[in-house]
Amino acid sequence: MNNTEIKIPELSLVVLIGISGSGKSSFAKKHFKETEVLSSDKCRGIVSDDDNNQAATDDAFELLHFIASKRLKNGLLTVVDATNVQPEARKPLVQLAKNYHCLPVAIVLDVPEKVCEERNANRPDRNFGKHVTRHQRSQLRRSIKHLKSEGFRHIFVLDSVEEIESITGIKREKLYNDKKDVKGPFDIIGDVHGCFTELTELLTKLGYTINRTDEGQGNYGFNVETPEGRKAIFLGDLVDRGPDSPSVLKLVMSMVNSGAAFCVPGNHDMKLQKYLNGKDVQLKHGLALTVEQLKGENAHFINQLKDFLYGLVSHYVFDNGRLVVAHAGLKEEMQGRGSGAVRSFCMFGETTGETDEFGLPVRFNWASEYRGKAMVVYGHTPVPEAQWLNRTIDIDTGCVFGGKLSALRYPEEELVSVEAKQVYAEPARPLNWKADVVLSHQHEHDDVLDIDDVIGKRIISTRLRNNVTVREENSIAALEVMSRFALNPKWLIYLPPTMSPSETSDLAGYLEHPIEALKYFKSQGVEKVVCEEKHMGSRTILIICKNEETVRTRFGIENEGIGVCYTRTGRNFFADSELETQFIDRVNKALTNANFWEKFNTDWVCLDAELMPWSAKAQALLKDQYASVGSAASAALVNVVDVLNQTANRKIEGIKELLQMYSSKKEMIADYTDAYRNYCWPVNGVDDYKLAPFHILATEGAVHTDKDHAWHMQEISLICEQDRQMFLVTPHKIIEVNDEAGISEVVSWWTNLTEKGGEGMVIKPYDFVTTGKKGLVQPAIKCRGKEYLRIIYGPEYSAPENMTRLKNRGLSGKRSLALREFALGVESLERFVRKEPLRKVHECVFGVLALESEEIDPRL
Amino acid sequence: MLLKISTTHTPTTDLSHLLHKHPEKLQAVELSNGKAHVFYPEATEARCTVALLLDIDPIGLVRNSGRNGDDSFSLGHYVNDRPYVASSFMSVAISKTFSTAMNGTCNKHPELVDRIMPFEVEISVLPAPKGGEILIRKLFEPLGYQVNLERHELDSKFTEWGMSKYFTLNISGNFKLKDLLSHLYVLIPALDNEKHYWVGQHEVEKLLEKGKGWLKDHPEKEQITKRYLKGIGGLTRNALSRLLEGDEMIEKEDSDEGQSDIVKETLHYKRLKVVLDELISSDAKTIVDLGCGEGKLLRMLLREKQFQKVLGVDVSFRELEKASDRLRVQEMAPKQKERIELMQGALTYRDKRLQGFDAAAIVEVIEHLDPNRLKAFERVVFEFAQPKTVVLTTPNREYNDLFENMEAGQMRHADHRFEWTRNEFESWANQVAERNGYKVLLRPIGDVVEKVGAPSQMAVFNLITNE
Repeated sequence: MNNTEIKIPELSLVVLIGISGSGKSSFAKKHFKETEVLSSDKCRGIVSDDDNNQAATDDAFELLHFIASKRLKNGLLTVVDATNVQPEARKPLVQLAKNYHCLPVAIVLDVPEKVCEERNANRPDRNFGKHVTRHQRSQLRRSIKHLKSEGFRHIFVLDSVEEIESITGIKREKLYNDKKDVKGPFDIIGDVHGCFTELTELLTKLGYTINRTDEGQGNYGFNVETPEGRKAIFLGDLVDRGPDSPSVLKLVMSMVNSGAAFCVPGNHDMKLQKYLNGKDVQLKHGLALTVEQLKGENAHFINQLKDFLYGLVSHYVFDNGRLVVAHAGLKEEMQGRGSGAVRSFCMFGETTGETDEFGLPVRFNWASEYRGKAMVVYGHTPVPEAQWLNRTIDIDTGCVFGGKLSALRYPEEELVSVEAKQVYAEPARPLNWKADVVLSHQHEHDDVLDIDDVIGKRIISTRLRNNVTVREENSIAALEVMSRFALNPKWLIYLPPTMSPSETSDLAGYLEHPIEALKYFKSQGVEKVVCEEKHMGSRTILIICKNEETVRTRFGIENEGIGVCYTRTGRNFFADSELETQFIDRVNKALTNANFWEKFNTDWVCLDAELMPWSAKAQALLKDQYASVGSAASAALVNVVDVLNQTANRKIEGIKELLQMYSSKKEMIADYTDAYRNYCWPVNGVDDYKLAPFHILATEGAVHTDKDHAWHMQEISLICEQDRQMFLVTPHKIIEVNDEAGISEVVSWWTNLTEKGGEGMVIKPYDFVTTGKKGLVQPAIKCRGKEYLRIIYGPEYSAPENMTRLKNRGLSGKRSLALREFALGVESLERFVRKEPLRKVHECVFGVLALESEEIDPRL
Repeated sequence: MLLKISTTHTPTTDLSHLLHKHPEKLQAVELSNGKAHVFYPEATEARCTVALLLDIDPIGLVRNSGRNGDDSFSLGHYVNDRPYVASSFMSVAISKTFSTAMNGTCNKHPELVDRIMPFEVEISVLPAPKGGEILIRKLFEPLGYQVNLERHELDSKFTEWGMSKYFTLNISGNFKLKDLLSHLYVLIPALDNEKHYWVGQHEVEKLLEKGKGWLKDHPEKEQITKRYLKGIGGLTRNALSRLLEGDEMIEKEDSDEGQSDIVKETLHYKRLKVVLDELISSDAKTIVDLGCGEGKLLRMLLREKQFQKVLGVDVSFRELEKASDRLRVQEMAPKQKERIELMQGALTYRDKRLQGFDAAAIVEVIEHLDPNRLKAFERVVFEFAQPKTVVLTTPNREYNDLFENMEAGQMRHADHRFEWTRNEFESWANQVAERNGYKVLLRPIGDVVEKVGAPSQMAVFNLITNE
């Protein structure tokens, strides 16, 4: 024997079997990567500091099995380097392979004792007697013939030193189900059950041309031309119940043979195979009909059919692991693996062992637990409509029961169906069973989120900024806020990021100034910016739907109106539901009148806005904090100044200075009171609110962060025109950061604005998402007015001795937070627009809320 | 911010002697986060006034206060009334500036110390939350003061916002100066109901010292003590018992607040007892208390040997920390500690850690959920966690008619999102049972009153099994 290659499956558990000194470790070293080999001696060393410590055997094997299970779970080939001469040593290894749905391989190194003894004699650490090797050898000899029944699927016995040395390599073969390099596009077709007419109709609709030819060369009388580059995939259950199973079989076999199609087996197909192979099967569930229909076929065809059925692979993994097809679906941990359990799952799915009111087995809905990255397309259970659930879809729409035959186009994710010509069989359970359920499967599933998706330390990957980490203590804080105060999470598709102020100004008397913000953007290589007036209200996110039907179908929410208006922590803005309804209706009407729905081809919109007055939402804060301080301070200071004036008459040294100081405090308090008063007005009804939207965040199929701010302002102004009473157009200017004239225009605008009591300005890069030299650029920088800052930093912040201290503030924490929250916010919208399961959207929204509990100076 | 003390006692120079402060000088004493200025706005032969003016550094105040827990570190913190009011800062300023007068020492004129003089005191401004004018009068009038006060409105531009908690106070009467100062020292922070520093045992000593001779006989001594000590129960009880020096402690029930607290407390205890009995008779061995709060029910459950495993779940991490402290989990013996576990969880998220329990207690929890979240709650508890028994209680809205201090439509707790009538509760409970394969029994908790029922109501759900 020269230059032999051993072939083993790519993912296998290789069990080396050989007595001490047979050369297992050398063999392993020669043919496998170091990390793939688990040696019992090494494990002995790890747990006891002595590779030959027999007393450590139990611990060593526990460790070896543990490591092996982690590797197999992660889909890595693993080699066990231990004597493995006893069946009880091999049993747990076979079990391990089974647990992880991979194949156990036995490689026996059967070397004469003499050779081994010589080798051992040369090693000072192996000082055991000859009786040990002899005993091992006899155990090994006895083992060989039992390996197959123990469950080993591939067995190689190398029975001489020469043979062992002749092995030049170990070839790893892909599993049959591995079609990762086949990328599609595909047309995946659900359970046909002998409905030949509907199948040809569907294939024709999908662009396939079916030509009849003479039978021969394995074409079974069909020659199918596929549309450009496409292939069909049949999800099994080709036969039984329907009118023409043989023709269906022939068409599919022809397509598979010619490479036009793939096919996975269904439980009905496998039962037919058993029948054809002469096994004792009951002719139930339509099999009798198939058997009858096949009577006319010749023995040659029947043999080919047997071969075809025998060759069917339980499931396929396509397109780099992005698509998995199996008759009854497949859990993530079984995808791309091979075992009896995998095959059985592919055929029958998961059942609970119970039966339902129709006498059918209760199927455990594995899809509701599915978290995998691959899309899973399957059939098996007839459903009235094919529906997505956690990236899985059942497309068996019950053609044979009078439903329809459906195909899913991949990667388009488009469903194509043809109606059944008639009811060929009566289903045990009516097709429209549970038809009264109004929400889609995904929406119903999303009614309840799982706590595992939000608690603990979380790492969320975002398109804009890679991974964003949420620390455990922050999720703890967010869980309470989210579950006690936030809206139904189905509404919460976005939370706005925090916004950083400009760098601290050098100008005397100013903490913030637009010049600093412009400098920042310039330093980031941003050329053009938009300066928007900052309204002093409450930051508000609005979700407005065209009608209640949209709320139900798109958001999966019932009886909660046609929209919501929520704060930056996800709380409902309105406490009064009647007022809320009126408000939402007004916004909806404006959108309708602006032809927004048609123009954006959408039934819903997510708007980012400021809602005024501030006093409407912040009433408690205003009264308990702001007005209270004003009231106390002004009442006290009147008396203080009086008493100091009185004392001043007495010419006491130092009183004059004191009087001056307290008089200036009195002025600052008056300024402070004026400052907060600017943002208050009484609200008696919906007419007293002012809404200033500034971003159209998302509509069906689109997140509008790819549009510049001029676009947002323009589109929003068209909505505002419809309701001048409620909507406020945000005044803004677009300037180049190098245009001196533009800059001075903006500065004087800002100065005028803030001196009149305006809150200030927000400066944003012209493009919504801007990446500069150092990565993502702040999406917005606020420059707050001198007077407004009194209500942030305290009435007396402007006193020179206070200002000096306050100017010493750091922004880096706030800036990093703003970017992380921005990335999460955009991510959540993108996920929602892609119709990902709610947990994927919620994870980001929850993340923003959690990040908000990071300790950062709230005055920034 | 400003305290003025005037007298018409003659010679008016006696006041400056007693205070040890020169009438022609402006003086200052250092305080933490600022100072206090002392001067005499008038010093004529007919009348003498001394003024104590606080000068608190608002920026330093916030910087030095540190971040004690997450509550204090909010934006409102930076805009605060402390620099402008009379508070514990004022008490500290009084004791620092006028210490000799307070201690009753006057070396040059010892006879003045015990002399009763006519005084007029003006304080700008004094906060009196939870009590207002009535409280101010209740505190000063029994001591012999004539009280005049002016309450300030929150904002003259927004009269609809109503009045503030701030008063300019003018009181007058004949007193020894040292007593007057002691009264102010204790009553100002008691009215303010806040302290700018940590309140501990040391405060009890200060209170007893400054209250010597008058606090014991003050009809509002409980309230003064409680508010002065920031309502910290242990300190208050300690101070009161020492104040009464062995006089029999009488549980007074004259304050409104105390009374309703006691009523609430007894109802809650009754409720927990009923729930406990229900859990005992269900034969459950493992219990999850959903919304365990600070662990009152957990404590009762742990006393019962029947319960081998008790899990307390709450959404508030702080409540769980409190529960852990109160149950002294860290100090438990290992066998005992094995029985109890506390964890954060929210009843609107599916949670596999809640599976496999014999029984769940959900006491006064659902009314804290928005009605549209009840669907998620139901699935989390009855569909996914699926305990064999669920004991759930909620208030009975009909009974609210009997609470005198409740307005119509008002709820028992500010965070209640709804309160159900007996019918509403029953119909919800029946639907939940029907949808999830449970059978349910409804029971009142507390004494049943005709037409309105009992104060609280309970539903006991039992999972229907095939055996």
